[in-house]
Amino acid sequence: MCLAVPGTIVALRDDATATVDMLGVQRDISVALTPDAKVGDYVLVHAGFGIQVIDPEEARLTLEIFQEIPELVGEELEGVVPFGSAAEAVADGGVPQAEPAQAAAQAGALA
Amino acid sequence: MTDRGSHGTGPHSSRHRGACDTQDISPRAIDLGAFRDPALARELIDRIASVVGDRELNLMEVCGTHTMSIGRYGFRSIMPPGLHLLSGPGCPVCVTANRDIDHIIALAKLDGVVIATFGDMMRVPGSTSSLAAQKAAGHDVRIVYSPLDAVRLAQDNPGLDVIFVGVGFETTTPTIAATILDAAARGLANFSVMSAHKMTPPALRAIADDPETRIDGFILPGHVSTITGLAPYRFLVDEFSIPGVVTGFEPVDILESILLLAEMARGGKPAIENAYRRGVNAEGNPVARAMVDRVFETCDATWRGLGTLPSSGLAIRDEYARFDARRRFDVEIEPTQEQRGCRCGDVLRGAIAPTSCPLFGRACTPEHPIGPCMVSSEGSCAAYFRYRA
Repeated sequence: MCLAVPGTIVALRDDATATVDMLGVQRDISVALTPDAKVGDYVLVHAGFGIQVIDPEEARLTLEIFQEIPELVGEELEGVVPFGSAAEAVADGGVPQAEPAQAAAQAGALA
Repeated sequence: MTDRGSHGTGPHSSRHRGACDTQDISPRAIDLGAFRDPALARELIDRIASVVGDRELNLMEVCGTHTMSIGRYGFRSIMPPGLHLLSGPGCPVCVTANRDIDHIIALAKLDGVVIATFGDMMRVPGSTSSLAAQKAAGHDVRIVYSPLDAVRLAQDNPGLDVIFVGVGFETTTPTIAATILDAAARGLANFSVMSAHKMTPPALRAIADDPETRIDGFILPGHVSTITGLAPYRFLVDEFSIPGVVTGFEPVDILESILLLAEMARGGKPAIENAYRRGVNAEGNPVARAMVDRVFETCDATWRGLGTLPSSGLAIRDEYARFDARRRFDVEIEPTQEQRGCRCGDVLRGAIAPTSCPLFGRACTPEHPIGPCMVSSEGSCAAYFRYRA
């Protein structure tokens, strides 16, 4: 789990939380680790926190890669599912099958 | 140091062709069209071949995402035969010792306790059980995406003790530190963390020190480095003359790093380079590091495959002892047993490839995993099985 996913900050609040847009889905995160982040900035999001402000071009390139190869992202994409039974269902279901190197169809297949 | 690339033998000299042939890998025509810039990829591959020549070179990555990318893009089959891409201890779940997993399982069995964990810990086997098995047996184990979800759970359930399973490297540890501070600010009395957090540089040191593995260069993690910056890796050059390159996730990023490492290993001028400048600042994230420092102190930690490494783990400071599940709950932990025949430890330190484990693909598959390297989505064995490389 060393991976973070870029998102754009669309709203910032006084309590060090923000709303980010990640791959078209909005979720709330903490920006306690990135106090200088501003609305419009791209941040790397990991486990519900922004961990670094990054350059928009890097964000764009990284997102393209993750959309092509969703299995690289695994749990981080599952994070855009609301906490609770849906996240559990995705995480519990499916095991990786042996396959030749090629793009997988969906992110949820990893245990 | 100019001879580092030409020592010839060692456990990896015939590792790939021989081992892979038994797993039905013939050199594939790699579809470079799948790369963003196939012409650049081709050029890099050719330059790597020309720099490496017929030398033996061992490069190791220590990040689960790099493990997956290298497998996914089939890089091993397009490298010159002497260049070996090894997977190291990059998967935090995989390097968690059985004793720690057994401790978590013992906590799960307590009445009135909810275990909150990242999903990738659920199926990891301890000595005799797993969190998934405990959940199936009726204990309250829940998957969360963020440690903040566990705090919310504690707030919403004052009658329950919520214990968050803290497993992860430097990308994750600051989020747990911030969460503990958040729990403290809320005055929560029913939230704690079972910390098995670890740091990457001590593992690199153990690998560099290991006489059985000769590493000529490290492909350094991308997002871990956004937190740490480059300074913690400099000892590789200063003490071991081993180069390291902080690397991104695109195939071209990885190829560029391999080329840089090959050039440095061959030219005898090792350095720590940042090839992921778009994503990583040299100084990392000092706010995140300060928060970790406030909540945690370093401690010795036991790693699967590497043994006990001094100052390689993180323990919660006395000031936050009420959030430390190790201190709050007195549990009996079962006697530690290792999975028979499982060579996860040797895989994690790069001594063997997954395909050399006698259980690989036979008794041990993703459907019936024996060790964590096959269970974890970032594990080397899972990547080898999935991509047949």
